[in-house]
Amino acid sequence: MGWFKRTKKNISDKSQKRNIPDGQWVKCVDCDEIMHKKQFELNLWVCVKCGSHFRIGSDEYLSFLLDKNSFSEMDRKLISADPLDFTDTQKYSDRIKSSIKKTKLNDAVKTGTGKINGKKIAIAVMDFKFIGGSMGSVVGEKIARAADKAYKDKIPLIIISSSGGARMMEGAFSLMQMAKTSSRLARLADAGIPYISVLTDPTTGGITASYAMLGDVNIAEPNALIGFAGPRVIKETIGRDLPAGFQKSEFLVEKGFIDFIVNRKDLKNKISLLLEYLT
Amino acid sequence: MAEVILDFERPIRDLENKIEEMRKYEDNLGLKKEIENLEKKVNQLKENIYENLTRWQRVQLARHPERPYTLDYVYMMTEDFIEFHGDRNYADDKAIVGGFAKIDGQKVMIIGHQKGRDTKSNIYRNFGMPNPEGYRKALRLMKLAAKFDVPVITLIDTPGAFPGIEAEERGQAEAIARNLLEMSRLKVPIIVVIIGEGASGGALGIGVGDRILMLENTWYSVISPESCSSILWRTWEYKEQAAEALKLTAKDLLEQGIIDRIVPEPLGGAHKNHQKMADILKNTLLEELVLFRKIKPEKLIEQRINKFGKMGFYKE
Ligand SMILES: [Zn+2]
Repeated sequence: MGWFKRTKKNISDKSQKRNIPDGQWVKCVDCDEIMHKKQFELNLWVCVKCGSHFRIGSDEYLSFLLDKNSFSEMDRKLISADPLDFTDTQKYSDRIKSSIKKTKLNDAVKTGTGKINGKKIAIAVMDFKFIGGSMGSVVGEKIARAADKAYKDKIPLIIISSSGGARMMEGAFSLMQMAKTSSRLARLADAGIPYISVLTDPTTGGITASYAMLGDVNIAEPNALIGFAGPRVIKETIGRDLPAGFQKSEFLVEKGFIDFIVNRKDLKNKISLLLEYLT
Repeated sequence: MAEVILDFERPIRDLENKIEEMRKYEDNLGLKKEIENLEKKVNQLKENIYENLTRWQRVQLARHPERPYTLDYVYMMTEDFIEFHGDRNYADDKAIVGGFAKIDGQKVMIIGHQKGRDTKSNIYRNFGMPNPEGYRKALRLMKLAAKFDVPVITLIDTPGAFPGIEAEERGQAEAIARNLLEMSRLKVPIIVVIIGEGASGGALGIGVGDRILMLENTWYSVISPESCSSILWRTWEYKEQAAEALKLTAKDLLEQGIIDRIVPEPLGGAHKNHQKMADILKNTLLEELVLFRKIKPEKLIEQRINKFGKMGFYKE
């Protein structure tokens, strides 16, 4: 029963715990350090002792990345319309409803404009907590429109990704969002407008295979899972264990697909510096 | 190779066998009339069965091991094919083939996934599952075509991009993403045809174009019915339900506004008559190529980006 005993090191288990817990006290998944919620927040949801980056959502990123009160949200009202009338163990329309209720978000990405150290940008931040951050028609359309906003206003685009990939419940519509978003980035690139992609834990599947890998600069948070196929699928396909650190940020830098890794506390200033070079 | 007969093909095959048997005694026993009746019956049965296939049955037909594959179409539809190899970076991926060819004298760049027919050739072709260098080879050939103003035809037939350690190391995701971006701004027309399986990003990686066609018995979706079943139902058992839920047939995708045209197959499926299938596809492609004779590259690209921009379904 090897795998059962090893639950502490089980990827998906740990991955679950990396979400922000409720309550006044937070225990680090990686080093067991106990932190007060306030202390944890002030450290941008990063363990004060070992530096482990917890998974956060759009509100958290926007709170420390953008200049105070500079965010103006776009397309907040876009909601999935269940194009296939999809049902698995539950109806997709019910899944959407309960996710909206639970997360207080309308889908898995928040988009808008804001300022970083005084510089205007278009920004999209994904929310993993909304159906695994999956991309259906709403996510695709909002990302495309954020790119269009950057194009029209000639301002840089920043996308912070966190997603398991394309959303199954919208079938081919979801797949086509990969082409939709990538083609809008092509237009942006042809106009010489910069696009910075920030990959956080996890960024896989159709997101990595479209906009997340297409930045003029690709940045990752430390120790984030980044890949095309998920580790479980690869393991099942090849029938052996995966090497340590496989598909982690550091691995992707090593293989040449990420420009550099940045700690959350340095993210704003790093992007700000990059924008000096790119604009 | 032994003939592969799917469950729903069985009653047809049985009747056909019976007719064949009767033919042997036709002259002696005066069975002409009876044979004619049986033949009518077979045709009716065929029409009945193939009009009412479930989505899962279409998936099975799309995967039929006797279906024509990319190189079969190349040799049956075109002349003067010159195959090109390699991505100029790492290797030559055998799961994607491509090269210049002439279709009724017209120059085209034809690129497609390639499956094998038996165990040996399937291993050689990696079951039609490309590694990153396959997508990079495809992109290299598309850029070559664009440089010399030759339209591109892509034929899609893959169970997915290969999920392996080396594929990840060499940037499977980046390779597909790059193709989506570059294909959307390629300066020559791109006609995409799903000829078998269109599984997710591995298919779309050579699937961005001005016209998207599907053969009658093919599927195209974000995930295979089996994988969808295993993720959402936590078992492989629900593949039929998953196929229904995903609405992944040619008819479905035409209704969804994602594809432009369905290419009919010979009765019983493409595997029943390779040459007839190739002739139908060739004529279809010739009609499609005419659509782009005089269009300027800027306009073509603008239209292509807007085409994919319209795909999606949401409330506002
Ligand atoms: Zn810690």
